[in-house]
Amino acid sequence: MNDHRDLSVGIDVGGTNTDAVVISPSGEVIAWTKSPTTQDVTGGIRSSLATVLDALGPDRDAVSRVMLGTTHATNAIVRRRDLGRVVVIRLGAPAATVYPPLTGWPADLRDTVLVGSVLAGGGHLVDGFPIAELDRDGIRRALDKLEGRFDAVAVCGIFSPSFPEQELEVEALVQEHVGIDVPISLSNEIGELGLLERENATVLNAALYGVARDITTALTTVVAEHGLDAATFFAQNDGTFMAVEYAARYPVLTIGSGPANSIRGAAALSGAGDAIVIDVGGTTSDLGVLVGRFPRESTMPREVGGVRTNFRMPDILSLGIGGGTIVDVAAGAPSNDSVGYRIAQEALLFGGSTPTLTDAAATGSTVLAGRGLPPLDRSLLAALEGALAVAHDRIESAVERMSLGRTGLPLVVVGGGGFLVPDQVLGASEVVRPELGAVANAVGAAIALAGGRADRLCDLADRAAAIEETSRAAIEKAIQAGADPARVEIVDVLETPVSYTAQPTLKVAVKAAGPLAQIGHTPRPAK
Amino acid sequence: MPDQDLNPRGEDAPVRTIARSDVAALAAGAAIFGTGGGGAVQTEQLAVELAIDQYGPVSVISVDDLTDEDAVIVISAIGAPSVGIEMLVAEGQTDTIVREVERFTGRPMTAVMAAEIGGSNGVAPVGWAARLGLKVLDADGMGRAFPKGTMISMNVAGLPSEFAVMSDAVGNVSLLRTINLAWLERHARALTVASGGISLGAHYVLTAKTAPGAVIEGTVSRAIQVGRRLLAAADPIAALSDELGAEVVVTGKIIDVDRNTEGGFTRGSVTVEGVGPDRGRLIRVEIQNENLVIIEDGVVVASVPDLITIVDSETGEAISTELLRFGQRVSVLAWACDPLWRTERGLELTGPRAFGYDLDYAPFAPDVDGGRR
Repeated sequence: MNDHRDLSVGIDVGGTNTDAVVISPSGEVIAWTKSPTTQDVTGGIRSSLATVLDALGPDRDAVSRVMLGTTHATNAIVRRRDLGRVVVIRLGAPAATVYPPLTGWPADLRDTVLVGSVLAGGGHLVDGFPIAELDRDGIRRALDKLEGRFDAVAVCGIFSPSFPEQELEVEALVQEHVGIDVPISLSNEIGELGLLERENATVLNAALYGVARDITTALTTVVAEHGLDAATFFAQNDGTFMAVEYAARYPVLTIGSGPANSIRGAAALSGAGDAIVIDVGGTTSDLGVLVGRFPRESTMPREVGGVRTNFRMPDILSLGIGGGTIVDVAAGAPSNDSVGYRIAQEALLFGGSTPTLTDAAATGSTVLAGRGLPPLDRSLLAALEGALAVAHDRIESAVERMSLGRTGLPLVVVGGGGFLVPDQVLGASEVVRPELGAVANAVGAAIALAGGRADRLCDLADRAAAIEETSRAAIEKAIQAGADPARVEIVDVLETPVSYTAQPTLKVAVKAAGPLAQIGHTPRPAK
Repeated sequence: MPDQDLNPRGEDAPVRTIARSDVAALAAGAAIFGTGGGGAVQTEQLAVELAIDQYGPVSVISVDDLTDEDAVIVISAIGAPSVGIEMLVAEGQTDTIVREVERFTGRPMTAVMAAEIGGSNGVAPVGWAARLGLKVLDADGMGRAFPKGTMISMNVAGLPSEFAVMSDAVGNVSLLRTINLAWLERHARALTVASGGISLGAHYVLTAKTAPGAVIEGTVSRAIQVGRRLLAAADPIAALSDELGAEVVVTGKIIDVDRNTEGGFTRGSVTVEGVGPDRGRLIRVEIQNENLVIIEDGVVVASVPDLITIVDSETGEAISTELLRFGQRVSVLAWACDPLWRTERGLELTGPRAFGYDLDYAPFAPDVDGGRR
């Protein structure tokens, strides 16, 4: 029996599959399972956890952490289901009044979420000077006038990421006025500068409290049912993790965790520190890059369910190349369509009549899934071979594009359609196919770090002090998210100059991350 | 390709009305004419769509349509893009300007013109016009984006700016009577700083007498047309090159972005390494707020005031200078500026030396069909 409780369980609930793995302290996968995602998601988590715990036998007591990556929040937004009704309080009128809250949202999503909004006096200029005095009475009056129930409140002040105190004051005011049971999202805790995008994210966060309650309850309940004395965490979109209490407050941060986990998991399975990762599925191939332990982030604004946010998401390049991609025989090239999950009925290899890229990969002497192709006429064979060559070219140019000119990075291949990737790819030092690539997402969840971010505007002259102050805030946030205070470190500092200010001004954004505090380091007291 | 048959270059009727469905094309086109600057168009696109939803489509008139009753107010935003994403425009902020201009000039305004068609300042005036119940003049003062208020066609034409009105999102209004545009630039900057880094301003009122020859005509229609071609194209780069009469100087990937900040302006360079037919070529683009000079093997290929835009080589979407990143796949387009900028006065204001480069201007003659691609 293990003295140290140092095993981690990672669970990934995806759109198609629910995966679970158990990882040893050295990063070895010692148990895993993969099953279709069920309608009853809690049931799926329960049975996946049961399967890997059974495989552990008596070592199950050594599990100290269970980490969940899930698409619940994304699905709730995309399907407009289980979303809370939100009141939006924006501080900063008369500035920005040309844009009412939720401008640009899909109409049905806006109608589902928005109860009403208040554009109240308040907010700050870039230098901290007030735009207007905080209109406390106006906020109270507007709350009194609202018709219909609401589940949560979102508060967003102009330049609140630099001057957060006013949003905190409004939080207290709202709690005093409508009761402390109504959860409140503050924009300074959610996003960076960029008023509409940050406000959108704050409103989404407020609308997701119900979903957050469901998934956090599901995870803690299932873990308790199994009698595990383990800490529970949620994956977020930058490859870091947050504690359950934190996920309950910031559910919007779970959006996009799947690709981040896939990249980190694939790299960990292959042993690579920096790598390009390609996840080849039935319909698409998704490429990402791991740089210095983290997924490289996209610089473009990201939409979630048709809503613009300024979240930093992993930089993912999606190609319409997958195992189920239908071959356009006339063109001898991949089409834009896929047979998707019907591949086991429709592909030639399985006795069907639709030529797919899986069939293309089986030309030549390759045997896939223990099968060979039926005899094919010459023109169809030529079309399949042509399509495979095009697919190889597109994968190769995508790898080159993601490599940003760095040669010598390994290409790590995961996913069910990995056989579409040739053994040698120009621009990659080697092609690595880790054995358990199919559960890379769950591995990524199990090994995620705890992280925190902060940003500030400062005078250029105060740059050093501002970086220090912002770093402290980021570290504080990482520790709140569960990082070991002794091992948390600054992983990224981004400086952006701001013009048209009296003093030369700088925006400083800092990211901190560290491994989770080791609960198992102190021997467990005997019961 | 069907998109090329639909809209042969040079035979497009001018746009007479801007409806909601035209706004995306206007935004995409304005971003192309932004030559890397002029501010991001997405947020203004939202505002214009919202305004047209509320107040209806906007009428567009040409310079030839102007009558003696017409007075065209030239409005633009001034300030830092990084502040502009947070301090957004207030309801009524343009009404305040128009009322003050009408009070000072004693005549009602009938139309709005963009100071620059490039970037967000080329998109926003359509929304302002919708809210104000005014028309939009199918023209602008730059035919592109430039960083300074002095770099405007009315200045080349010798049209004095007799006053300026500025307003901020808080509600403050200022009437300025500076002795020339250079002083206006200085005072407007100081006021903008006091207003928190972003404000709106009007500094010209044009009439049927003064507008001809002092503005660059047809640029709103051009931006919409370029945007339409871009958004509909199967091969966006070819469509852009054809529609703009632009040369695709190089298609490749960015292998270096060198950026530093001097005096509030970004200054730097981007190096693009050719791929495909351009393999082996290295192109450097000098950037400040806009893309300014293209250099290959130590030789200047194109420079301001000719237009240089860097686009995503797959989507054709313009990439602004602050979003240029190592590794992006890009095409660098260059095409000729309006003849007004190639005059002695025009070059004095906007030639390479006006941006601090010790270079003589050589007019760029695009090799459109020569296919260096």
